Amino acid sequence: MTQVVEHDGSVIGKKVLRREDPALLSGESKFVADLEATGVLHIFVLRSSMAYARIRSINIASAKEAKGVVAVYTAGDLESEWAGPMPCAWPVTADMKNPPHYPLAKDTVRYVGDAVAVVVAHSAEEAADAAALIEVDYEELQAVVDLEGALTGENIVHESLGTNVSYVWELNPNPSGLEEAFAKAKHVVSERYIQQRLIPAAMEPRGVLAVPSPMGGDYTLYSATQVPHILKVMAALTLGISETKLRVIAPSVGGGFGSKLNVYAEELICLALSRKHRLPVKWVEERSEGGQATIQGRGQVQYIELAADEEGKLLGVRVNLVADMGAYLQLVTPGVPLLGAFLYHGVYHVNNYGFKATGVFTNKTPTDAYRGAGRPEATYAIERAMDALARKVGVDPAEIRRRNLIQPEQFPYNSPAGLVFDSGDYPKNFKVALEKLGYSKLREEQTQRRSENSTKHLGIGISFFVEMCGLAPSRVLASLNYAAGGWEAATVRILPTSKIEVVTGTSPHGQGHETSWAMIVADKLGVPIDDIEVLHSDTSIAPHGMDTYGSRSLSVGGTAVHLATERVLDKARKLAAHQLEVSEEDLDYSSGVFSVKGAPEKVMPLAGVAFEAFTAHNLPDGMEPNLEASISWDPPNFTFPYGTHLAVVEVDSETGKVELVRYLSVDDCGNQINPMIVEGQLHGGIVQGIAQALYEEAVYDDSGNLLNPSLADYLVPSAAEMPSFELSQTVTPSPTNPLGVKGIGEAGTIASTPAIINAVVDALSHLGVTNIEMPASPERVWRAIQNVKG
Amino acid sequence: MKVSMKINGVDYEKDVEPRRLLVHFIREDAGLTGTNVGCDTSSCGACTILMNGESVKSCTVLAVQAEGAEILTIEGLAEPDGTMHPVQRAFQECHGLQCGYCTPGMVMAAVSLIKEESSLDEQKVRNALEGNLCRCTGYHNIVKAVLQAADEMGVKA
Repeated sequence: MTQVVEHDGSVIGKKVLRREDPALLSGESKFVADLEATGVLHIFVLRSSMAYARIRSINIASAKEAKGVVAVYTAGDLESEWAGPMPCAWPVTADMKNPPHYPLAKDTVRYVGDAVAVVVAHSAEEAADAAALIEVDYEELQAVVDLEGALTGENIVHESLGTNVSYVWELNPNPSGLEEAFAKAKHVVSERYIQQRLIPAAMEPRGVLAVPSPMGGDYTLYSATQVPHILKVMAALTLGISETKLRVIAPSVGGGFGSKLNVYAEELICLALSRKHRLPVKWVEERSEGGQATIQGRGQVQYIELAADEEGKLLGVRVNLVADMGAYLQLVTPGVPLLGAFLYHGVYHVNNYGFKATGVFTNKTPTDAYRGAGRPEATYAIERAMDALARKVGVDPAEIRRRNLIQPEQFPYNSPAGLVFDSGDYPKNFKVALEKLGYSKLREEQTQRRSENSTKHLGIGISFFVEMCGLAPSRVLASLNYAAGGWEAATVRILPTSKIEVVTGTSPHGQGHETSWAMIVADKLGVPIDDIEVLHSDTSIAPHGMDTYGSRSLSVGGTAVHLATERVLDKARKLAAHQLEVSEEDLDYSSGVFSVKGAPEKVMPLAGVAFEAFTAHNLPDGMEPNLEASISWDPPNFTFPYGTHLAVVEVDSETGKVELVRYLSVDDCGNQINPMIVEGQLHGGIVQGIAQALYEEAVYDDSGNLLNPSLADYLVPSAAEMPSFELSQTVTPSPTNPLGVKGIGEAGTIASTPAIINAVVDALSHLGVTNIEMPASPERVWRAIQNVKG
Repeated sequence: MKVSMKINGVDYEKDVEPRRLLVHFIREDAGLTGTNVGCDTSSCGACTILMNGESVKSCTVLAVQAEGAEILTIEGLAEPDGTMHPVQRAFQECHGLQCGYCTPGMVMAAVSLIKEESSLDEQKVRNALEGNLCRCTGYHNIVKAVLQAADEMGVKA
């Protein structure tokens, strides 16, 4: 069942069907909302309808009397439950302002969606019905909604801070060099781009079920989370529960995209109330509630300047951006701009580089990591600006890129921002992509159409991205003030029956780790892949881990699995050599069998070794029983996937409608374990980036109301709007890890947004259009055309 | 109110509130949690099931409106011996699912589409699945899977 392609020996690089699928396709898989527990209490969280207001009073009397209600709590009632405020794990500067953030708002609400009360009832319906009876008397304050307006400090989100600025983070290795570069530049491009706020909209809304152990004292927290391990540490600290008393399980999780890389109020409230009531407590998010209560992505205003010489060769890149934190700092909110901070020169060689980010509070839902986190923003800015530079210099956008690409011989490339790009052949990747698209021919067609005065304008958009992923080397994270490491743990255990358990600290939610990790082990051990089981996402079964985000799982977690497998095989070899009475060097190993060199009849299968390790009747002196090895692996560097993404659009200048005609990418993510999964990650990622370019935006009115929290108003694209994709690859293995892999989870999203907008602007450039804000809705496109018509 | 219906060939009779949605009846009263809830505005299609042979979003139907109906959910799609339906098989073979949350609804919508059409092409499939959202796959492989299954089931693709 598992295998679709017959193969000779290695399964690596082959299309292997996912073992996760049968349970998901039959309805057998259990998501949090599907879990039941005897005596379970349901909660409903009443949320603020005001963006910024003082709470004068909350009347819970009627709600308390309502049918099925067990209790109603406001902030004061639960104060004693918290050992500390909710965590922000990324204090990016020593003086970063991080106002205390508790699960329920006390006295003041600071965004629409801020939690003000919790109703506990016997059913979810009863809890919701009762919540409607709660009366909150608000004194409305002037909300801080506009991001750059927040800098004026006219109104302050957290009054005690006296400012809306949380932090200023700067990277400027050589200020005088940078200034000189701009002074002597022949061409300077100065652009301002807006990264609108996005709602992550994983198809599974969040959900939590906290269950006290029937034995008392212990708690199991089921959560729709990407990060059960991080959640365990943080929940233990926040609630003052010993970490030994807490088990976190992420069952089937229906997508995350960063939105489930967090520690949320509802997780802590359910846990606290299960402790208080000594009963299971469950919460399932409603979709429109999630628009307000789950973190949003992006939210930046970016200023990027390029200095270039006469031919358009880059001399300097300077970036200054304002990043919207929202009302509070969630788990890694302030760090998101830093994940892009090093990449605003993109795939282009430049000597002088400066970056500055100002993190600002507003009365809106907190932002945090959303697929790509910082890198889509960086790629968008540099790729849009390179098109602007091409226009200024008067050359084709492909040519301006060719003139500036980092060359193969420059690798490992010491970047002006202080990174070391691991490997790459950018010119080759670029050339392959343009040829596959038929770039020159399309340019001819564009010229032809323009000469015919067609109202269907053809546009070609280029985006050449590089990103840093495989988060991450722990020492580098330390230098960025990140409060955790970037290692990953794995255990490989060969059982007496020769079945193999692989334990991983990664926590998949759609990425297919069960399949890919089994492939890595099957390849190394030469055993049938169906003998291997991959265990994950339960802190009792997989006690160590740093979870799944930042395209880290394969390059860090997969590598840990690979290394643990090597280690277990080393032990097996020692044991086999002992039993066959030869030295280790005299053993060959192939297809799950040790054999003696020159005496092929003397063999010992791995299954036999595993059984001997179990009985321990005849082990070499000093060898411990059992065939098992564990490792925690910390990568020496990030990995740097890259690729060329090309979009062809047709823009109707009568209606402003953009039709995506073709989308082609040539990605280089190093070696591939399962190309089927690689392509799937790209497809989904590309669509998420296209969605930012053309459809999606969390829209706030001047009072700070989120106008489109539901899927009826927030335009997640459907199959009808999307084309099929033309994907291909180049392969430049990463020297950072023994698998030579880089990462693919975020690549599509990082690359596709600027490809689309560059294509739309390109389609209209002959009319004089140079910028269109995202999402490039028909109205925005039409207005942009009218504006240049004058 | 009393309501009775057949789900996946099994009779269910329950006393429910008039406001109870069919999707909640299926999930909570019948305990069939394969049908997922992805939104509160009938936009996402995760809860798509077949009611008397036609695909409906089960969040748009009250349980009492399904009185006497025959319901098919994802749990009832495979053969009794576990052999997957051609659409389920095609979704696996074409990697038409990642997190799997939209999948039951997407599969049921596809089953209904293939049954209703005598011929299908890429654009027809894309348009027909407009009411089923997926955040993981970018739809590329879902469309491939539906066309493959249609072909296998004798619908010209």
